[in-house]
Amino acid sequence: MTDTTRTLTIGLVTVIVAALLPFGLSNYQVGLATEVLIFGILAMSIDILAGFAGRTSLGHGAIFGVSTYVVIYLVSNGTSPVLALAAAILAATLVAAVFALLAVRTSGVYFLLLTLALGMIVWGICLRWTQVTGGENGLRGDIRPAALYDHRVFYWVVLAATAVLAFGIWRFVRSPFGLTLRGIRDSESRMRSLGYNVPLHLFIGFTVSGFFAGVAGGIYAFFNNFVSPSTVALTQSVEGLLMTIVGGVGTLFGAFVGAAAIITLENIVSSSTERWQTVLGLTFIVIMIFAPEGIVGKLRILFRRRKPKSQALPKA
Amino acid sequence: MDRRQFLKSTGYGLTLASAGVGLGTWNQALAQQGPIKVGLLAPLTGVVASGGREMVEGTQFFFDSIGNEVAGRKIELIIEDDASNPDTALQKARRLVEQNNVHWLIGNLLANTGLAVANYVKGTGTPYFIPIIAADDLTQRDRIKNVVRVAGYSASQFTHPLGAWALKQGYKRIATVSQDYTFGHEQCGGLAQVFTEGGGQIVQQFWHPLNTADFSPYLGQLANMNVDAIFAMETGADATRLIQQYASFGLKGRIPMLGAMNATDQSVIRTLGDECEGIISPAHFAEGSDNPVTKKFVDAYTAKYNKIPSLYGFSMYSGAMWVTEAMKAMGGKIDDRAAFIDTVLKTELTGSPLGKAVKLDEFGNPIYDVYIRKTVKRPDGKYWNVPVETFPNVSQFWTYDPATYLKQPPYSRNFQGIKKG
Repeated sequence: MTDTTRTLTIGLVTVIVAALLPFGLSNYQVGLATEVLIFGILAMSIDILAGFAGRTSLGHGAIFGVSTYVVIYLVSNGTSPVLALAAAILAATLVAAVFALLAVRTSGVYFLLLTLALGMIVWGICLRWTQVTGGENGLRGDIRPAALYDHRVFYWVVLAATAVLAFGIWRFVRSPFGLTLRGIRDSESRMRSLGYNVPLHLFIGFTVSGFFAGVAGGIYAFFNNFVSPSTVALTQSVEGLLMTIVGGVGTLFGAFVGAAAIITLENIVSSSTERWQTVLGLTFIVIMIFAPEGIVGKLRILFRRRKPKSQALPKA
Repeated sequence: MDRRQFLKSTGYGLTLASAGVGLGTWNQALAQQGPIKVGLLAPLTGVVASGGREMVEGTQFFFDSIGNEVAGRKIELIIEDDASNPDTALQKARRLVEQNNVHWLIGNLLANTGLAVANYVKGTGTPYFIPIIAADDLTQRDRIKNVVRVAGYSASQFTHPLGAWALKQGYKRIATVSQDYTFGHEQCGGLAQVFTEGGGQIVQQFWHPLNTADFSPYLGQLANMNVDAIFAMETGADATRLIQQYASFGLKGRIPMLGAMNATDQSVIRTLGDECEGIISPAHFAEGSDNPVTKKFVDAYTAKYNKIPSLYGFSMYSGAMWVTEAMKAMGGKIDDRAAFIDTVLKTELTGSPLGKAVKLDEFGNPIYDVYIRKTVKRPDGKYWNVPVETFPNVSQFWTYDPATYLKQPPYSRNFQGIKKG
């Protein structure tokens, strides 16, 4: 099997298993699974930059949240859900483009801080622009279309969307454009001397990544029927990034593993102890010590060690 | 993928599926006569965690006092942490309703967490009781039938009478200092409307972000404004800091301070010394009241938890009692939610630590005798709130006609109900 067919088969099996999940889960667990998918997309969008362009963003929670705000605002003011979702994704992409314009000149810790600051601006606006955003209390509404009320139906729709988006992102990072991003990650100066327009590539990469974050945010609006500044806050960006890291930076699909791990942990541990954040923190430390390349990254390494023949394949 | 693997995974999926279906029916059968499950949402972590812990204490204190049983059915209290975050609150509410199949929900502290959960239960129909959430519109313009404010109060409910009291003292000019969020806007609005309609003047309104460390810019201006009183709408650490800095600026004793009930709540003044003495605040509950029932509650609570009960402990205790009275009236058969909500709405609470009967108005908000309280020193050196005057039968609409009142916009930074004169 080639690398491509292997990835596609694994993807297909995963989607089929995921599609069967609701039969074995309670409504609440289906809700959690839906959330895993949505945050998986967010984490994947962060991975485009973190894993393939070497840029760690702390502003993606804000891009995600802008989309959530726009959907809820528009639908509760009478716009059709589809139109609202389109407008929201557009808005999020525009915000991402603005972020990108300002951030692509930097790298490393400066990129991190700049995206963090930009995200905080969005948070500040959502908190203070009370007439539109509802301030601290946020916006509420019963915005999910009636056809998607059922937990399972909604889950399957989100799963279908996720499959398409994940495939899109996978194709994107493997395209010649994606290879250029990887080139920039590995050596920016060499890419520049080869004649590549580095800032332009990063700009497009960031904007595309923001587009995917925006889609996730839009879907989240229909899932939650509610948005408040905590959705665009720094913690959201950090959580998205943590999911990427736990799953494995640069593994793309690790995003879903990371999202599943974090969301499940949060929900199980927090029901049994008030100190759940401590447990969560310790878990991250353990993961970083024993699997710094993330869960999926570690599994890949173990898998390759067992089958030394496939070592000849280029790194995904 | 090879065929064997496919068969294996399909088989696994189907097994899981059938197991799930089986469990589902079993759960349902159990729910009919089993214990009454109560979901308590409280912020045990995050910015208001200390209040959250007192919420849990108050609730447990009550359920323990009745042996965790009502009309022959056990009460099973399931506590979840909302992390002071609306998204988490929503998540946990879903868990309690969909996973734990609770009969009713109670709790939440911050308005945004309460509003998020209220929006969710609007869809599920789960009874949800909010002894702490004060957002006016939950029992006014955006009322949800199954959301009832048992033993709670709407934000502007107590500042209306405070405005009337200020007029009675002959105050003409008041300035307000408040945290800049809905709870603050609503409390200030209540005072501003009644005070200006009675001929008073709101000289200045300062809105500051939550968690303000330094109040000197505001206090400096207030000192020279020639006001008769200052109204402080603060919660938690902000309240502590403002009261301390007010005293250090030498304003204490020069300009009287009026506070929202949360500004001089036990959770705040417990840590303060004589700088909090003499602050006036309006509330339904005064821990220093000489009513024997209140006294008994305060003594028992203090003995158990080694601190004078705060608003959080008191409200959750009384809220749980209110709902329990309704459950008792129904003989514990509360599976018909509509009938349950109706019974709660009709229930008159007689045994609460307030020491007098309380009932709900037709919007699901209680009508109280509102105390104007003053913080005084106890013989043991601690401070508490003692009633100095009572306004009987105060509803959330004060003396206004509900229909007319609801036509005016909700209080906000831009609308404070100030009468132009």
